[in-house]
Amino acid sequence: MTDRETILSRVRGALAPLKPRAALPEWDHELASLRRDLSGQDLMAVFAERLRLVNGLALTDLAALAAYLRENKCLHGYCDPDLLAECSPALGSDFTVETTFDRSRVDDYQFGITRATGGIAESGTLIFKDHIRSPRLAALAPWVHIAVIRKSEIFTDIPQAIAALGQDPNIIWVTGPSKTADVEGILIEGVHGPGVQIALVLP
Amino acid sequence: MATQPIDQFSKRLRPDTKASVYDGSKKGHEKRTQVLFDRFPDANRLREIAGEIKQHVVENLDTYLPQVEAKLQANGVKVHWAATAAAANEIVLAIMRARGATKMVKSKTMVSEETELGPFLEKNGVECVETDLGEFIVQIDHDHPSHLVKPIIHKNRRDIATSFEKHGLGAYNDDPEVITRRARAHLRAKYLTADVGLTGANFISAESGRLVLVTNEGNSRFCLAATQCHIAMVGIEKILPRDHDLGLFLNLLARSATGQSLTVYTEFISGPKAPTQPDGPEEMHVILVDNGRTDVLASECRDILRCIRCGACLNVCPVYRQASGHAYRSVYPGPVGAVLSPLLAGEKFPAMADLPKASSLCGACHEVCPVNIPIPDLLLRLRDKAKQEHVPSPGTPPMGMWSLLASQPAAWKTALLAGKLLDYLPTSLVPVPALRAWEGSRSLPAWRGGKFRRWMQQRTPGPHPKTP
Repeated sequence: MTDRETILSRVRGALAPLKPRAALPEWDHELASLRRDLSGQDLMAVFAERLRLVNGLALTDLAALAAYLRENKCLHGYCDPDLLAECSPALGSDFTVETTFDRSRVDDYQFGITRATGGIAESGTLIFKDHIRSPRLAALAPWVHIAVIRKSEIFTDIPQAIAALGQDPNIIWVTGPSKTADVEGILIEGVHGPGVQIALVLP
Repeated sequence: MATQPIDQFSKRLRPDTKASVYDGSKKGHEKRTQVLFDRFPDANRLREIAGEIKQHVVENLDTYLPQVEAKLQANGVKVHWAATAAAANEIVLAIMRARGATKMVKSKTMVSEETELGPFLEKNGVECVETDLGEFIVQIDHDHPSHLVKPIIHKNRRDIATSFEKHGLGAYNDDPEVITRRARAHLRAKYLTADVGLTGANFISAESGRLVLVTNEGNSRFCLAATQCHIAMVGIEKILPRDHDLGLFLNLLARSATGQSLTVYTEFISGPKAPTQPDGPEEMHVILVDNGRTDVLASECRDILRCIRCGACLNVCPVYRQASGHAYRSVYPGPVGAVLSPLLAGEKFPAMADLPKASSLCGACHEVCPVNIPIPDLLLRLRDKAKQEHVPSPGTPPMGMWSLLASQPAAWKTALLAGKLLDYLPTSLVPVPALRAWEGSRSLPAWRGGKFRRWMQQRTPGPHPKTP
């Protein structure tokens, strides 16, 4: 007998005496919705506030991004080629921007600008789907990660974003910078992924 | 007097370990309560529904398992089945060998702790690096995790700094930030040179075959960004019926585990990477692992298979807080471990039969469980199982005298009358030394034995009083 047959026959044997079996309950979206309804509010404002609560940063224009990067001396990084035309005028000639991400020197990139496909206001979350060509590593390896989303792409809450998962083979939700509290419960950011997570929300 | 193994372990614990565990678990519990009840109008209803959904899955695994298999295969995933821990490990090794791979990075998975995958692979010439910071420290220390989501809750920064120094990760420095940066640099090189990334899964949707994986550090994402092959080891009970159920469970999981609304990285994986994506695995395997779960399913304690491994019951448990996770001598500590470990032990049940007894049955674990598992009931069922199977129970207070009295009405009545003597007995003649000492500075309340029985006899049965 293969392991498949062994497991399935044990499962059937174990469940045979159970009559009736527990039914699957329906549940309403309202149940997992928040106490304070967000629907009337400006989702962009809620998103920015919730992202701030998880130590992320929401910016709404490229000039602010360029100023942030200059101030933190992050002048060398990666930018998704699809976003380059939009970003490069604001970044200026003091920046070195590459449009391919070379995995043999991941630590050379101080920032990575990649395309996100959406956001969730409730939790300050950024959504990345795999069909976007920005490499997974460019969103992960540089210390500063900038995710570009459009204002219209922000969902209200988690159940709404789940309903819009679609067919993509890989989707990742990112809620703030990479972090750990493994050492004595003390919060440290930038464990394996970015220490700074920025959402650049463009019109 | 003899004490139970878990008490003995607790007594031997270093005071600073005990303090670390106590503080860590207490903080975890307080954050959970705040973030769960602050946000939802009816947080308890959320737990009840989630419990009903998982119970439904557990009782219909015969339908869901083939359904998940078919979905995964349709998504381009190779599905393997492993009845035992050894079989699961062999499958992983065979995949590695077929690829000619010698290096693996792995993110935290409790199933691989059950199968002891890391040591097995190392023995077979495969480098297997834990990438979760806590698990990495456990690995270099040749230790075991002591909490489901905070594996090194029992260590302090000085312990870790010493381990790092010993392992060649820089001179002694116990600043948590320095420790984390050193791990970042060390593990980055490991991700980028590994061929295979191994993970677990928090959930699998039967509707879409999506695996859901949550981490805060981003280690599992790095595994799946840098390697070419993804292996997921998954317990057969991890299924959810529909994608939209994920909305409920993701709302509960992080809140219950770490007091966050959502973990930092929540990944939905339904197959190898998209063709246009430059990074990530082109090959994906899922190993569905039994390793004792079907025995649990056949038992009266199958409700425990609802567990989503959040650790909330550990954080709230007064016994766990005093004893720490290693006291449970198994992969799963705390209240969930006290149920699951004896069941997963199979023939070695007698060696674990003391765990269900290490509980005051206070019920806090049931109250916080995001899938509403009646853990105290299950503990009682396991105590009964041990009794039925005549498992010796060292360290349990002898109840022989009590059961003799309680089973013979005449003896019971006599004992109650004798108790009355305590009212007249001078303190110096009290037969129990501890009671004598206690009575030296206090006086016992008047003996009241037998009152309940008299009340019961005189009571005339009537209609139940209406609640106002």
